[in-house]
Amino acid sequence: MATHLIVVEHQSGKLNKASLSAFAAAAKVGGDLHALVLGQGVGEIAKAVAPYAKKVHVGEHAGVKDRLAQPYAKCITDVANAIGATHVWAAASNAGKDLMPRVAARMDAAMASDVSAVVDEKTFKRPMWAGNVIGTVELTTAKKVITVRPTEFTAPAAGAAGEVASVSVDPGASKMSFVKFDAVVSDRPLLQDARVIVAAGRGVKGPEGIKTVLEPLADTLSAAIGASRAVCDAGWAPNDWQIGQTGKVVAPELYFAVGLSGAIQHVAGMKGSKCIVAINKDPEAPIFQVADYGLVGDLFKVIPELTEAIKKAKG
Amino acid sequence: MKFLVTVKRVTDYEAKVKLKADKSGVETAGVNMIVNPFDEIAVEEALRQKDKTGGGEVVVCSIGSADATAQIRSALAMGADRGILVKHDGAIDPFHVARVLQKVVEKEKPDVVLMGKQAIDDDSGQAAQILAELLGWGQATSANTVTLEGGKATVVREADGGLETVACELPCVITADLRLNEPRYASLPGIMKAKKKPLDELTPDALGVKVENRVVVKGFEEPAQKKAGQKVADVAALVDKLKNEAKAL
Repeated sequence: MATHLIVVEHQSGKLNKASLSAFAAAAKVGGDLHALVLGQGVGEIAKAVAPYAKKVHVGEHAGVKDRLAQPYAKCITDVANAIGATHVWAAASNAGKDLMPRVAARMDAAMASDVSAVVDEKTFKRPMWAGNVIGTVELTTAKKVITVRPTEFTAPAAGAAGEVASVSVDPGASKMSFVKFDAVVSDRPLLQDARVIVAAGRGVKGPEGIKTVLEPLADTLSAAIGASRAVCDAGWAPNDWQIGQTGKVVAPELYFAVGLSGAIQHVAGMKGSKCIVAINKDPEAPIFQVADYGLVGDLFKVIPELTEAIKKAKG
Repeated sequence: MKFLVTVKRVTDYEAKVKLKADKSGVETAGVNMIVNPFDEIAVEEALRQKDKTGGGEVVVCSIGSADATAQIRSALAMGADRGILVKHDGAIDPFHVARVLQKVVEKEKPDVVLMGKQAIDDDSGQAAQILAELLGWGQATSANTVTLEGGKATVVREADGGLETVACELPCVITADLRLNEPRYASLPGIMKAKKKPLDELTPDALGVKVENRVVVKGFEEPAQKKAGQKVADVAALVDKLKNEAKAL
């Protein structure tokens, strides 16, 4: 029977909900689900994931206070080997992408990145070529490492809380050190968690366009704001806002693509959204091919009108 | 300082991706092949860092068929000093890419290995981190800014929710993200010179690596197509649809 270890991610004392997708994917294989929380003062995080696991292992050590790939890979591998894990999972977040290949190397395990479906205990589907192709891959090693595309797996229902137990970890010698983290400060929901996203394309013409036109719409809908690569490259928005093949992959209930042409690389990051609205003055823009509703028009006129109309419609 | 930069031959990101008729893989006949864009950024970074740190050497390595020589030559035309082609026909998984690179690193002894953060064909993003672990080196993925000073690399990384700065003792492995730099275009004299720069050929066998893939691609399929949407006439119609049809408001 399979034994799973799910590496739980957290930031600034809060659970990264993307981690729950890894529990959901592991449950599809079947077997026992163990979770691992590394850090310092992470008792609350362990409690938060206990309803999804048989057992939560909590490894607290000064050497894993900051999430660095080298010491983390050693601790994760040690715990995985100690419990006889057959599968080690994490969300395909930036942190998961950084860390898990290193875990795979250390465990001498094959790895599948960013999987979108579980076929059986060794076979997985994953998007390739920016999501233009879905590949089915088989991992032939006894131990397997998998990162999970969070938007493709619904968070599991909470069960009875599993046991929480501390585990001693030894980060070993490391050639890496943490210097600092500059968080993007925002009152808005995180892109990955938002129910509604308003995304800016080059049509917004500059940071002023985002501030004066898109922000009021986002405020009305309690939405997160995202952007195309062109907008981030131009410095009109922080890099952290980028949605697409090389940025974030999102799947909110409602996605507004505003002044956004819909390049393949962008669409790869948002086409899983439940309802897509495109507003663009170019009727030929490729974004209209993926939109559920398209409106051809000047965003500087349409968006303020839309903001008012939505306010009224919501009463 | 000495830099080892990896380049992968991939389909042009502007080309339409189509499966072969028998779905055995992506059609490459008649498709333009390029240097993986993230690898191009890695080459540019190595060239700039070589200048900043007072000279050295930039060695470019590709693993692939003889055709990958073209991608090595593009990097040489940008200004890299010499090339290594590790000739291998057919599939090779990230673990074996890393094993081959480990052997190349042991031979070349670079101070920094620079790679793209992912290849835009298989989108795995594994080889650099596996390589760092096999070597016991530090790693900095998704680099936005790199400073090489005092025997270490200080790297600003594009992380979830902000920018993270880490320091790695040299030697180390760094992967390039989009905004690390804007790669230069090769000049005509650069292209001419590139033809005369040394390019060695090796094989995984000669390096002592037996390629027995542990990630095996069993098949490909097209993603599910989204059904065509509809255009609406005005804001009132849009709000009506969102509220009453999609029930999204």
